[in-house]
Formats: sequence, C-alpha cells, structure tokens
Amino acid sequence: MGRLRSIPLPALAVSSLVLVTTALAFVFFVAPNDANQGFSQRIFYFHVSLAFTAYACFIGGAWNAFRYLWKRDPRADLESYVWVHQGLIFGAMVLLTGSIWAKVSWGRWWVWSEDELVLFLVLYLFYCAYFMLRFSVDPGPQRANLSAVYALFGVVLIPVSFAAIRLAKEFLHPRVFTLHGPNFGGWILVTYCVAQAAMLVLAYTLYRLELGGKRLDARLRDLRELVA
Amino acid sequence: MNYVRDVGALVRKDLLLELRARDTLPAMLLFVAAVFVIFHFALPGTPSRLETTGFLWVAILFTALLGLGRAFVPEREQRTFDGLVLAPCDRSAIWLAKSLATLAFLVAAEVVALPLYALFFHPLRGATVAAVLLADLGICGVGTFLGAMAVVTRARDLLLPLLFLPLAMPIVVGAVGASVSASPGRYLGFLALYDLLFAVVCWASFEYVVAE
Repeated sequence: MGRLRSIPLPALAVSSLVLVTTALAFVFFVAPNDANQGFSQRIFYFHVSLAFTAYACFIGGAWNAFRYLWKRDPRADLESYVWVHQGLIFGAMVLLTGSIWAKVSWGRWWVWSEDELVLFLVLYLFYCAYFMLRFSVDPGPQRANLSAVYALFGVVLIPVSFAAIRLAKEFLHPRVFTLHGPNFGGWILVTYCVAQAAMLVLAYTLYRLELGGKRLDARLRDLRELVA
Repeated sequence: MNYVRDVGALVRKDLLLELRARDTLPAMLLFVAAVFVIFHFALPGTPSRLETTGFLWVAILFTALLGLGRAFVPEREQRTFDGLVLAPCDRSAIWLAKSLATLAFLVAAEVVALPLYALFFHPLRGATVAAVLLADLGICGVGTFLGAMAVVTRARDLLLPLLFLPLAMPIVVGAVGASVSASPGRYLGFLALYDLLFAVVCWASFEYVVAE
C-alpha cells in the first residue's frame, strides 16, 4: 500500500490516459464481433470492468472504514469517503452502460431481470444515503464514526442483496438472458483485461486526485484558523 | 447477568414511557388502518392475492418506519442520551433494549393489522405470519441501529427512511417470498439468516455509533 501511495499523480494520470485509449482501441478494432449481438455487444467490456471497479471502490471504502474504527488512523476516514465517492461515480457509469446495453439487447432501458443492474441500483441508493448521512453531521470524530459504520454495513449488504435478488427471481421474473456471453477466450479475454486494467487505474488516479485536493483543503482551513 | 438486567431495565423504561404517553402505538394502528383503505382505492380492479400480499408488506414496512422514527425521540428531547452512554453498562445494551421495545410496539400493531388485512383483503397463511415475526426482528434490529445514527444528525426524520430502505430490501424479498411461494421454507431461512447476520453486526458496532 505504501508503495502505491508513492507513485506520483502525473505518472498515474498518464498511465490512465494510455490505458483507457488502448482499451478503447482494443474494444473497437481488435475484439471480434459477438456471434449473437454483433457490434453493440462491445459496451459489455466497459460495463463489466466498471462494475468490478465500483465493487473494488466500495470494498476499499469499507476497508478504510474498518481501519479507522480499529486503528483509529485519522487519515482513514477521508480515504474511506473518497473511495465511496469514486464507487458512486463508477456505479453511476455501471447503471448507465447497463441501461444502454439493456436497450440494445432487449429494447428496454431498464430490465429487472438483470441481477447486476438491480444489485447496483440498491447499492447506489445505499451509498447515496451515505452521502446524506455524512453531510448532515458536522465534521468531527462522530461524523467519521457514523460514516465508517455505515460504509461497513454497505459491504455486508452486497452479498445479502445478491442472495435476495436471486431468491426473488422465483416470484418476480423468469431468468431469460445471462449477462456473460458464451465464449471468453482469445482476443475477447485480452480486450476485457485491458479494459479492466484501464478502469482500475482510472479509479485509482481519480481517488488520488480527489484525496489530494481534499487534504489540501483541510490544510488550508487549518492554516486560515491559525492565522485568524 | 448484569447485561440482561441492564437490557431489562431499559426495555421496562421504554414500555412504561409508552404506556404513560400512549402516542406511538395508537398512531401506528391508525396509520396501518388508513393505509389499508388507501390500498383499496389505489389498486384498480379486484387485486389478486399476490398484489395484496405485496401491499401488506409495504404497509408493515412503513408502519415500522413510523415507530422507528419515534424510537429515540424521548432520549433526544429529554437529553438523556448522554446519560445512557455514560452509564456503566455495555453500549450495545442500549441498542438491544430499544430494539426489543420497538419490536413490542410493532408486534402490538400487527396483532391488529393482520386480522384487519384478513378482513379487508385475503385470509393469511401460516407462512405469512411466520414471515411477519421473522421480518419484525430484522426491521427492529436494523431500524433501531440506523435510528440511533439518524438521531444525531441534522436531517433526523428525513434520514432514517433513506438509510433504512436499501437495507430493508432483503427483508421484503424474504417476507414476500415466504408469503406467496409454494415452498416458504427457503425464504424463512433467508430471513432468519439476515436477522442473525445483522443482529451480530449491529450488536458489535453500536459502540461506535454512540462513541464521541
């Protein structure tokens, strides 16, 4: 973790740019056409990598929340918050790309039969409430405590919600299509890996950017208080 | 045994307060009856058993939210929260006692609400009643925990439904599933698992919610 922190932000930004561009190139030019859905299936590369990245962000938020509660590391609260924020941004992208994919595949902008989308909707609402909670408490140890506990609840909710959504299938909608295509080898796998790496590096770059900005704000506030 | 005594004392306090004030429970009862009437007008045509079961659970959930919103109001108004936290008892006893008291109110409201539902709409299965009891445990446990979080914020009453509803989704799935499915055992088992998991998480982390 310490070594990750020492990577300078400009280097991260450049790698993000390179990886995302490469991923786009792979998705549009290298990956073969899907047998069933043709060209429009390609959004799947971004949708799945975004989903995985968003989960990683929420888990990162929960990990830092746990570190805050356990080790009382004062910096962990801000790190947890920024991870949750990134998770929400990427989660919004998951919902957006999922919606586009649903429209292209099944002609409707929203399908309740798609587990991933429903789970993300629930998580999205949960973490939006995290923001409402965080910003209706004044900054301080109490806000950090409440945010940390709530972020941990979110991570416990992920598997429980997933199980609930699968259980609900029996009496809600029959399972018609699956998200993942039939074959996952060859260039499809390579393209997916590039897209996934691009999304993860992008998330980490944005995280470091936001964290740096917020830490600077906090230092500025402290300095102003000292001078005043 | 001290822990059990502490919890018992706190539960007795909450029940006594409610017996004297008599505001939360009558409100919940009236609310549930009014909501059933609204459902009748909100469901065009003759609703099937499936539809009315779904609405039963919406009614239970929102009645519970009403009661949960009121759960920590006495502590906030009389400023006794600090006193509770300073008392030499395990902090999680506060959560457990408040959950049990809220559970008592919710069950009391349902004792009236369920026969009313059977009267207005459709008769109830045994699995539905079992689901109601199991779901109540989860609703009160998680709801009380979140209520304690919401009460220290500025938004308070606004915040509790927002915090609670995403977490209540699995409860609804388990409860509705048990009410309508041919094999309710799976859903009842899921509800029991949810109750156990979140009870442990709430019990372990309540300390941090009330810590300064």
